Amino acid sequence: MSSDSRSGAAGRAVTRRRRRSVGGAAAAAVMASTLAACGGDSGGGNTLTWYINPDSGGQAEIAARCSAESGGAYTIEVAQLPRESSAQREQLVRRLAANDTSIDLMSLDPPYIPEFAQAGFLAPVPEDVAQRVSEGVVQSSLDSATWNDELVAIPFWANTQLLWYRESVAEAAGLDMSQPVTWDQLVTAAEQQGKVLSAQGRRAESLTVWLNALIESAGGSIIAENATDPDQIELGLTTPEADRAAEVMNTVASSTAVGPAFSTSSEDTSATEFESPDAGFMVNWPFVWSRALSAVEAGTLDASVPEDYGWALYPRVDADQPSAPPFGGIDIAVSAVSRNVELAYAAIECITNDDNQAYYMTTNGNPASSAAVYERPDVQEVFPMAATILESLEAAANRPQTAYYSEVSGGLQRTYHPPSSVTPETGEAAEALISAVLAGDQLL
Amino acid sequence: MSTTTLPPTEKTQPVSTPQGTISDRSRAERKLGWLLAGPAFLVMLLVTAYPILQAVWYSLFSYRLTDPSNRSFDGLSNYAVILSDPLWWQALLVTVVITVVTVAVELVLGFALALVMAKALSSIRPVVRAAILIPYAVITVVSAFAWAFAFQIETGFVNSWFGWLPGISAETDWFGGQATSLLVICLAEIWKTTPFISLLLLAGLAQVPEVLQEAAKVDGATWWQRMWRVTIPNMKAAIMVALLFRTLDAFRIFDSIFIMTAGANGTESVSFLAYRQTIARVEIGLGSAVSVLLFLSVVIIAFGFIKGFRVDLSQTRGDK
Repeated sequence: MSSDSRSGAAGRAVTRRRRRSVGGAAAAAVMASTLAACGGDSGGGNTLTWYINPDSGGQAEIAARCSAESGGAYTIEVAQLPRESSAQREQLVRRLAANDTSIDLMSLDPPYIPEFAQAGFLAPVPEDVAQRVSEGVVQSSLDSATWNDELVAIPFWANTQLLWYRESVAEAAGLDMSQPVTWDQLVTAAEQQGKVLSAQGRRAESLTVWLNALIESAGGSIIAENATDPDQIELGLTTPEADRAAEVMNTVASSTAVGPAFSTSSEDTSATEFESPDAGFMVNWPFVWSRALSAVEAGTLDASVPEDYGWALYPRVDADQPSAPPFGGIDIAVSAVSRNVELAYAAIECITNDDNQAYYMTTNGNPASSAAVYERPDVQEVFPMAATILESLEAAANRPQTAYYSEVSGGLQRTYHPPSSVTPETGEAAEALISAVLAGDQLL
Repeated sequence: MSTTTLPPTEKTQPVSTPQGTISDRSRAERKLGWLLAGPAFLVMLLVTAYPILQAVWYSLFSYRLTDPSNRSFDGLSNYAVILSDPLWWQALLVTVVITVVTVAVELVLGFALALVMAKALSSIRPVVRAAILIPYAVITVVSAFAWAFAFQIETGFVNSWFGWLPGISAETDWFGGQATSLLVICLAEIWKTTPFISLLLLAGLAQVPEVLQEAAKVDGATWWQRMWRVTIPNMKAAIMVALLFRTLDAFRIFDSIFIMTAGANGTESVSFLAYRQTIARVEIGLGSAVSVLLFLSVVIIAFGFIKGFRVDLSQTRGDK
């Protein structure tokens, strides 16, 4: 054997050993990370993990600010949930049912809060905290965070739908928008002017939002008698108020005022429709305002379009009855299996303070739950409709609060879609379906 | 003209071993086989058999994930609820329609593409193969979004490109009705998975001996006769395996429906129904029962193919 081949063999042996050691290190690293993942620990002793809904970076910024302000008492890390609120709930429910201790704080869509609270997934809110965070908060937002007369989550931001209109179209139609208007008036005006009335007819949560607002505006309620036992829940879908709501829904969806794809129209498609030259009226969340301004900034929308935007309170079902606009937003809750419940509530108090709510509203476009925020000049500058949003929030009605919200909303979406097929008999079909589903006698 | 297939290869029996007894060598080989396949078999049991058995067990309970304390044994009542619900039968019908339509179209298209790939000039063959396989490399959710955007009124180009066809206008709402929604769902599935079927058929085409083709040519057979009498009969096993795999795949359709219609307008498939009960409603018992019924349907399809059409999976590997 030559020295070359010997050194070659020795080299190969070294390479093999190196490979082995690199392989061993890699295996150890994978093992360590896997074990860490299995452990589900949220990091160091004072690290809090906040599961957030996707936004424009506002919650991450607030997390960083509060971490800095705490002076090292805690550090908030954010973990992003899926975009759809139903998917956010699906992920959180599965994690919490498995006692995932990596969750400390979570941004929750209000309709799912009763389900989380009744399942025992939420840590009780300390009385002193509940008192402090409730001060100056709009009632609809407090209601959204309350279950069985107890505050179970902390209101963060509060959303509501407004009636958006093109000033030029309303003027041409002779509508006095300083006075409340009804759905019937809007349909007539849009048809007369050959313009589009945009709402959300898609089989999705937005359909429940619309239906709930119509029934509440007519003076009714989707759930007439609430109960924690699903068999005891009494629905209010066969009442005269629900019939009237069904009539309005059908009138709007069957009219020539809505777009051709009304049965698949979402909030985003409505917003796009409202930016087009055919736009007349629209019910939608306030994000449409910042969306239009961003489009102007990006050069994809003419500046004259948002200049023509007008806003008013949600349309009435009947002229003599005030409307009950839809309510949305996000409340923050603490997981019952969090290892840092006390720190988590301290963090929430920081996250939801007025400064952070104002920051979130002006930068991310999500309205505050604290009434005082609407009086700030910077908020009023970004949201010229701030006073209307606050007025709408004060009149807003929550969607039905039940631990079985998925069944109720899913049943409504199945029976009330497409909206053009809705008749007063739809209520009976919906009641029969939802009752059977809640009793475990039918699929959804 | 009769079909021309290769006679089955005669199996040679070891001379020294009388039939019915096992030699030491084959016993050792069998042992080695178990040693080699055993770990994989155990892993398979762990990741497939365990969840299947757990689903069967859960399907006998009334069990909601958010209310585990009220879990109760319900026997077969979940199955009774499902099988007596028109929604299940509607979802099953939709699933069968999607499966039959997509698999039939994919078989014809896939065969044509396999022929193109097989006959393409050797210099451009890799490019042709890569081009044909691209849709299969696209994630189903991404392909579903692409097709949904193409057909939606606000974002799509289909209405303006095909506006000259009768029945299509700028205001055609493809996702507003059952038939049109299913059409788009089927088109997306066909576009996405035809390459898979063509790849399996290409492997089958490669197995047809050239000598049979030449013999048929010498006998004066036309291209069409060679295709029907020589090529297709000799690749029956490959066709059946391609059909089996695609049928099982198509029967479990979920992604395209989830993205395009979310089950609206009567487009729910059986998988979608299982998703809604298990994941959305967190009714683990009822959802598990739907999943078990879906599993049974898949087993029946596989069994039907293997017994009914006498598909021998080993033939695709060439080891008759």
